[in-house]
Amino acid sequence: MNMLEICHISKRFGDKKVLVDVDFAVPEHAVYGFVGQNGAGKTTTMKMVLGLLPADTGEILVNGERVSFGENPANRYIGYLPDVPEFYPYMTAGEYLKFCGEVTGMDVKECRKRSEELLSLVGLFGEKHRIKGFSRGMKQRLGIAQALLNRPKLLICDEPTSALDPVGRKEILDILVSAKEQTTVLFSTHILSDVERICEQFAFLHEGKILRQGSMDDMRKSCKEAGFEIELERAQDAEKLIEHFPGGVRRGRAYIHYESGKGQQMETVLAWLVKERIRIRKVEKCSLTLENLFMEVIGR
Amino acid sequence: MKTAIAFWKKEWMDLIRSGKAFLLVLISALFGVMNPAIAKLTPWLMETMSESLQETGLYVTGVEVDALTSWTQFYKNMPMALFIIILLLSGIFTQEYQRGTLVLVLTKGAQRRSVYLAKAMMCVLVWSLCFWLTFLITWLYNGYFWDNGIVSELLTAAALFWLFGIWVSLTTVFFSTVAKETSGVLAGTGIVLLITYVAGIVPKIQKYLPTKLLEAQTLLTESAVPKNFCEAVVIAIFLTAAAGLAGLLLFERKRI
Repeated sequence: MNMLEICHISKRFGDKKVLVDVDFAVPEHAVYGFVGQNGAGKTTTMKMVLGLLPADTGEILVNGERVSFGENPANRYIGYLPDVPEFYPYMTAGEYLKFCGEVTGMDVKECRKRSEELLSLVGLFGEKHRIKGFSRGMKQRLGIAQALLNRPKLLICDEPTSALDPVGRKEILDILVSAKEQTTVLFSTHILSDVERICEQFAFLHEGKILRQGSMDDMRKSCKEAGFEIELERAQDAEKLIEHFPGGVRRGRAYIHYESGKGQQMETVLAWLVKERIRIRKVEKCSLTLENLFMEVIGR
Repeated sequence: MKTAIAFWKKEWMDLIRSGKAFLLVLISALFGVMNPAIAKLTPWLMETMSESLQETGLYVTGVEVDALTSWTQFYKNMPMALFIIILLLSGIFTQEYQRGTLVLVLTKGAQRRSVYLAKAMMCVLVWSLCFWLTFLITWLYNGYFWDNGIVSELLTAAALFWLFGIWVSLTTVFFSTVAKETSGVLAGTGIVLLITYVAGIVPKIQKYLPTKLLEAQTLLTESAVPKNFCEAVVIAIFLTAAAGLAGLLLFERKRI
């Protein structure tokens, strides 16, 4: 079953087309990466899912229920973590979660239990200071706690790691992975390594259009390989190698990169190097990264 | 309803922890004390000024003050108190829009109408508490120094001014659902007040305007009777309800 279905939505701000026929679905219990550059239309799409913006055409279904602009009953299935979550600065983390529980009509005991659980998960249990003194990372962690408080069926995270340092990023990604068992995650970002790390499926959004979507494995299969690199000990050997196997690009004194599809097979090159008794420092088959894929898809 | 109560509690916490509640109580108390204090000081002020007044040909003879002097002062000062209260309440919605704090609450499925009701009720309650606190302090001092009994229609006159404040509060709430910034809310409310005030120049429509309620003090000296305010009261109640309802409808469709 699909937890989120975005069906042919389009959006225009004045003359500018922000989204053009965006269409994708997020299956239940998936961690779905919504990838795109800044300004691609990710936040606009997410705001539409949350009923904060109206779509010009198309429809959105959350857990089978149609999303409406303004008063949106489908929001009861959703937990939302914006890129920079904003809280009431005069509250403590515990008070804020209690307030969220009360606002959504949660049982008092259940809310207290769940708050303790979540504050422990995000490392804020026992934090007595008011939110106004929180760092960005602490706010982001509290943002995850509030988003998961009502055990949402769909967790929407809008660039949750963009503003964080590497340690903060790792913490947030680990928490999102652990949340996967309880919920479905839609994770928007322009940091491709984050997607590679936690998402099984993703969609590429570029200039308001979905250019590719599917699983990471499918993507790899549909794209060409990334080639290989050889580092030799002596510079003159590198020249010899390029003479014998043309097409290589020198990227350093004795560092050569062979792109895939240019006629040279790594095994053939290696056999020749052994035969010629040329000393090798390093050989590496370049793995295909999401970045390669993304660049290829957007045509750069 | 649960959302409204939770939001209501949150608004109280905001008022108390931001120091606004203390400020509002302080202002109300100050205005309450100021009215009898000014009345009490008037003879002394006139006495100290009598010499300079004599040079201009004015002679000050026995100046007498009573409860009416203090209540007249009350109606002169309350528009300023109302202005300060509106200034403090004008950011009740817009601060949330600017900070983005409402986004998390609304995306949890909290009903917009409950959020709106909690905030609108908060504005009405704050104005009411401040107004009646000022009234109570002035009444107590006036009773202690003089005799409140010489003033007629004391509660009716106060209720009329209170209703004027309710209308202004709800107009502020209405503009809070239209404007994105506090300056817009204040400008909108100010323009409505200005239009109403200017319209009051036309004698035929004067008695229908909410600004007529600002003349409530004429009841104290029996220069007017409560019946003279009937039309203004009905119109003010209608406009208050209309502003409240229109604000609710706009807030339900507002982009946040």
